[in-house]
Amino acid sequence: MKIIVLIKQVPGTSNVRMDPKTGAMVRDPSDTVLNPLDEHAIAEAVRLKEGLPGARVTALTMGPPAALKVLREACARGADNGCLLSHRAFGGSDTIATSRVLAAAIRKLGSFDLILAGEKATDGETGQTGPMTATMLDIPVVTFARRLELKDSGAINVLRLVEEGSEELEVSLPALVTVVREINNPPLPTLRKHVLAKKLSFPVWGPEEIGLKETETGLKGSPTRVAKVFSPKFARATVFHRADSEAGAFEAVAAVLNILKARDLLNKGDKI
Amino acid sequence: MNNDNSVLVLAETRGRRLHPVNFEMLAWGSKLAGQLEVPLDCAVLGSEVEEADELIKQGADRVFLVSPGSLPGFLATPLASLLVDLIREIKPAIVIAPATTSGRTLLPIAAARLATGLTADCTELSIDPKDNLLLQTRPAIGGNIMATIKTPLTRPQMATVRPRTIRPLTRDESKRGDIIFKQYGLQGKTWPEKLLAFHRDENSDNTLEGADIVVAGGKGMKNKDNFRLLEDLAGVLGAGLGATRVAVEAGWAPFSRQIGLTGKTVAPKLYIGAGVAGKIQHLAGMITSEYIIAINEDKDAPIFKVADLGIIGDAPTMAAKLTAALREFKRGGSAPNADGAI
Repeated sequence: MKIIVLIKQVPGTSNVRMDPKTGAMVRDPSDTVLNPLDEHAIAEAVRLKEGLPGARVTALTMGPPAALKVLREACARGADNGCLLSHRAFGGSDTIATSRVLAAAIRKLGSFDLILAGEKATDGETGQTGPMTATMLDIPVVTFARRLELKDSGAINVLRLVEEGSEELEVSLPALVTVVREINNPPLPTLRKHVLAKKLSFPVWGPEEIGLKETETGLKGSPTRVAKVFSPKFARATVFHRADSEAGAFEAVAAVLNILKARDLLNKGDKI
Repeated sequence: MNNDNSVLVLAETRGRRLHPVNFEMLAWGSKLAGQLEVPLDCAVLGSEVEEADELIKQGADRVFLVSPGSLPGFLATPLASLLVDLIREIKPAIVIAPATTSGRTLLPIAAARLATGLTADCTELSIDPKDNLLLQTRPAIGGNIMATIKTPLTRPQMATVRPRTIRPLTRDESKRGDIIFKQYGLQGKTWPEKLLAFHRDENSDNTLEGADIVVAGGKGMKNKDNFRLLEDLAGVLGAGLGATRVAVEAGWAPFSRQIGLTGKTVAPKLYIGAGVAGKIQHLAGMITSEYIIAINEDKDAPIFKVADLGIIGDAPTMAAKLTAALREFKRGGSAPNADGAI
């Protein structure tokens, strides 16, 4: 059994602060982490592997050279090896161009049975790269998986979280599954594996290695363009009430009721 | 009117029923189709809906019933195949779908097969009058930045759209349109996925993300008993109950209630933060709320920077007072100054 996990390096959230003028999130560019949902994808791949002698887990990521760090983390969490897709020509890729690169790299890696990915990344929050990559590989995709079981018959059973409940599906392999947080509690990397992962080296592939033209990747290979980036109206004209006295509290309550009334929000909730 | 290059809305169904989110999508579609002077199309894939006519009364000019009754439920591969076949035949300029689990699964598959652009989870759509291109605006990095995306060269231009970003149009009983049946080659094919069962979640926590009002509690609620005051407040308001990370870690609320960068994103009509300090990680999960009320003892709490109404005071006390006033109001009693005379 060969399992591939798609992972992504995303900006960290430990040291974010807000620009007081624009309200934009300011982040330390060196503060990057493994996308939190990918921890669950890796943990699931490793869990499946442990029940199957000879199974292997390969982590795959596209990103800057520094993204080697998340491949190392994937190996510290139990992946066997990894591969970095990194090249100047990949810069500015949208989800279509990213998926094209990932699909080409997966083909180059050879045969596989299962691809796992986090449902979305915390930076782009599109959730599109998983389904698009599967489509480009011409394999089925199951999104929002919260439980995954291998069947003997070369298929998987997946419980998929949807708006009103969950759907149970049987899907033939190979397939791509995107996972939600509820699927598992990822164990922390062990110190021993962490040390071993530090010694690993990973292949780094550009367009040539995966058989793509530079024009098929990056900004040139992306059907979408960012036309404008702006800060949402952040600073609101806040009306303040001091509720440190009975009278103040009374006025504050009245103000809230007025807002509920003005916005037609008083007709919900418990009947008294 | 050019029948090619229409605006196509992908309908969301639940068995034989239409989901109300369709009417919001038709409102967006109608706005775009009106600006482009093209028809507004709506597609129902695979299921046999009872009230296709309703889609016309809510704005569609043409409703495509694609291979009705051919699929037992949500099966991504065949549904996406029907969508791609329809797009190839009617060649819409724009395709939109609600950013639900279905829309967020089907549209990426279709966009990849059509090698065209797709923008996720848009909160605003408009047409650029200079080039008639679709302007797709979405929050990025947890709502701290808005990005407007275009798909200049490939067709169709595709977007998933966040529910509750627009009001449905007023239903027009006299509106006429066409219901068109399409059959594409699904018969006899087998699909890689098989639907085994559907488990309805009776105590689903999705009520938080879909709520018109969200009440969220943070550290300023001080303890678990106080936090329960927010359950009462949420109950009387019909609100979804959320929590900050601190409140979740203190065990006052389950993780499924956490709002923020590592939790859920909410965008209700009204957000009430009780004892919420407003760390950036939490703000990322609620900043696109329409109206924000913040209650906090600390007048310098960052939540006040994003609030429309700020109440400086003890959050548990205020929560209890609000609940009592709302109960009084619902009983038909006179709420204090609820007519606006403050």
